[in-house]
Amino acid sequence: MKLSDLKIGQIGVIKEFTDLALSVKLMEMGCLPGESVCLERIAPMGDPIAIKVSGYQLSLRKDEASNVILYP
Amino acid sequence: MKVALVGNPNTGKSSLFNALTGLNQKVGNFPGVTVDKKYGTCKLPNQQVIQIIDLPGCYSLYPKTQDEAIVYDVLSNKNNESHPDLVVVVVDATNLKRNLLLYFQVADLGIPLILALNMNDLAEKEQVYVDADKLSERLGVQVVKISARNNENIDGIKRAIVTAPNFAIHSSTYAIPHTSQNLVDHISHQFASDNEYASLLLAHQYSNVKHLSKDETEQLDRLIEEQNFKSKDQQVEETIWRYNYIDKLIKECVQVVPKPEAPSLTDRIDDVLTHKVWGFVVFFFILLIIFQSIFSWAEYPMALIENLFSWLDQIGHSYLPAGAFTDLLLNGILAGLGGVLVFIPQIAILFMFIAVLEDTGYMARITFLMDKMMRKVGLSGKSVVPMIGGLACAVPSIMAARNIESWKDRIITIMVTPLISCAARLPVYILLISLVVPDDKVFSVFDLRGLTLLGLYILGTAGAVLVAWIMKNLIKGKEASYFIMELPVYRKPRWRNVFLTMYDKVKTFIFQVGKIIIAISIVLWVAASYGPPKRMEQIDLKYESSEFVNNHSEEDLDRMKSAERLENSFVGILGKSIEPAIRPLGFDWKIGIALITSVAAREVFVGTMATIYSVEGSDDDTTNIREVMAAAKDPVTGQKVYTTATAFSLMVFYAFAMQCLSTIAVVKRETNGWKWPVIQFTYMTVMAYLASLVVYQLLK
Repeated sequence: MKLSDLKIGQIGVIKEFTDLALSVKLMEMGCLPGESVCLERIAPMGDPIAIKVSGYQLSLRKDEASNVILYP
Repeated sequence: MKVALVGNPNTGKSSLFNALTGLNQKVGNFPGVTVDKKYGTCKLPNQQVIQIIDLPGCYSLYPKTQDEAIVYDVLSNKNNESHPDLVVVVVDATNLKRNLLLYFQVADLGIPLILALNMNDLAEKEQVYVDADKLSERLGVQVVKISARNNENIDGIKRAIVTAPNFAIHSSTYAIPHTSQNLVDHISHQFASDNEYASLLLAHQYSNVKHLSKDETEQLDRLIEEQNFKSKDQQVEETIWRYNYIDKLIKECVQVVPKPEAPSLTDRIDDVLTHKVWGFVVFFFILLIIFQSIFSWAEYPMALIENLFSWLDQIGHSYLPAGAFTDLLLNGILAGLGGVLVFIPQIAILFMFIAVLEDTGYMARITFLMDKMMRKVGLSGKSVVPMIGGLACAVPSIMAARNIESWKDRIITIMVTPLISCAARLPVYILLISLVVPDDKVFSVFDLRGLTLLGLYILGTAGAVLVAWIMKNLIKGKEASYFIMELPVYRKPRWRNVFLTMYDKVKTFIFQVGKIIIAISIVLWVAASYGPPKRMEQIDLKYESSEFVNNHSEEDLDRMKSAERLENSFVGILGKSIEPAIRPLGFDWKIGIALITSVAAREVFVGTMATIYSVEGSDDDTTNIREVMAAAKDPVTGQKVYTTATAFSLMVFYAFAMQCLSTIAVVKRETNGWKWPVIQFTYMTVMAYLASLVVYQLLK
């Protein structure tokens, strides 16, 4: 399952990333393997999305989120 | 002594900077890039005066944007003129974990540090208690609890600066991995670096480091390849290691009292502001207010400034002796200065709104709302505010594009904003529309002239979207374009910060853009007032001859003389010489002259028309100009000059052409060189020419 597949309010735990360069940026922002993330809201036009991670709100585009693999 | 403030965005770093420096601050540019360099002075309890530098907000020393690259360079390069003796790392206590990542990277560079623990009050409200003493003990640096927003314990920071050690006494945390040790040793040796982490960072970023010579870069290329150094893998390893370390530290020093999860105030506000319907309604309403304010609030102070300058001009003309020097002083320099200062109200008002939007956290929501739509045409969600501002004036709007982090998005926004029809085009549009469009109603409701005007605004916006889309595909981005962005908690705006932003922007505009504007206006003025001396002499003689003096009133003489002088000035000669080129657009040489003089500013078109046709009455009196222009006939063919085809062709030309030297000057300053203003001027002129050509040939 990917981060981009979460529904609003659903929580997932990060397993790994499929894009190395993107994973560096995401990890700096606190999205580490083992960290739980919650999908908080989706922008009105369906993209980008906002997630709660390590106590704050982070927004990212859907195609970026599709590189984040969650534990099933 | 130099002290740098470093921290994540939205940690209250600017508030601390303002609290430390007050009005003793300046804004400049970091050399070679358009990133604001904010610095100022601060007096310590021991009477020592130190320099404070506010570095741009960043998340790590692995830069992803121009702003972050500056922080890396300033901190890691000892030869950088801004390299500090001491760093104050500002961290947000409500988000300590992510903030500490940057702290430890900076700490490992071996610069003396102080940790400013900000927003502790907010953290305690959330039942998060940070044990500052224990944190200080574990980090080996002073930890000072502050509330920058409420100006609390700023003295604590000042005292800590006084007692801070001259060299780093804290130990470094991250040990260079074995696989990279060899490489790091080589680099440390070669660049005489005493800090291993700095050498490691150089291995990661040398290809973007400006101060290295070509030889040094090539040497590093070889070393990296020899040692099989994998930058991204190494970064991942380091980040994970640091977060593990931080997790353990936080367990020791931070106590969290669990509490039931309730939606926060920010969540509830976001439910409305990012709502499918209400989100856009509110956003549209806010844009309307901004647009209205720069359009109408600015009108009174602008009129005041204009009146002040025309008053000075009158005074000058009545008290100074007539002559070339007075002419230069009043019509060249004073007029140029007036042209600069008249922008102050619009700049101040637009930046007041932008500072409030940024400060409250709403700007991030605008980006969130608009990203998908704007991305389709190559712009960012943050381009919306500058482009709406462009409806009033491109000058403050282009300055506002600095808030867009991505270099490519920023350049595209700057390039297309002048295509949005600004307030200065309005007098030109109104004059030409009233000349050729009948005052009729369509379907007995819509005013035909109003519809034409609306059409011109739509044309400009469509042009901007089209060009943005083309540039999106043409310009190569220098940096990976990520959207990944924090949505900060909503906060009340800090009026002190808002005021300081307005003050800084106005000051920057006057001192850095103003001089280019004044210089170019003087050149234009000289070209429009002087011509080949022989011709000018003849004109002077002609109007002194008894034949003229006896048959015309003094006023008429003056008017006719200025018309003829303009016609024979350098600008006039140029205007005539381009006639063959603008004939296909339906323009004669008189329009040619107006096109050249209105490079200074579009509204000059009306005044130039008044001079060329030597219209009676003041420049502002459009009715007279309109009548004279309506009656104007081509001397050869005897046909009307301002046919519908010519007027529409001219309006379309003004919709697209870059007839504004203030915009050129501000683009030069914001892009740090003449490359982009030249590209912009060229593409807009070509676009205007082609569009006018099509319009004239179709309507003719």
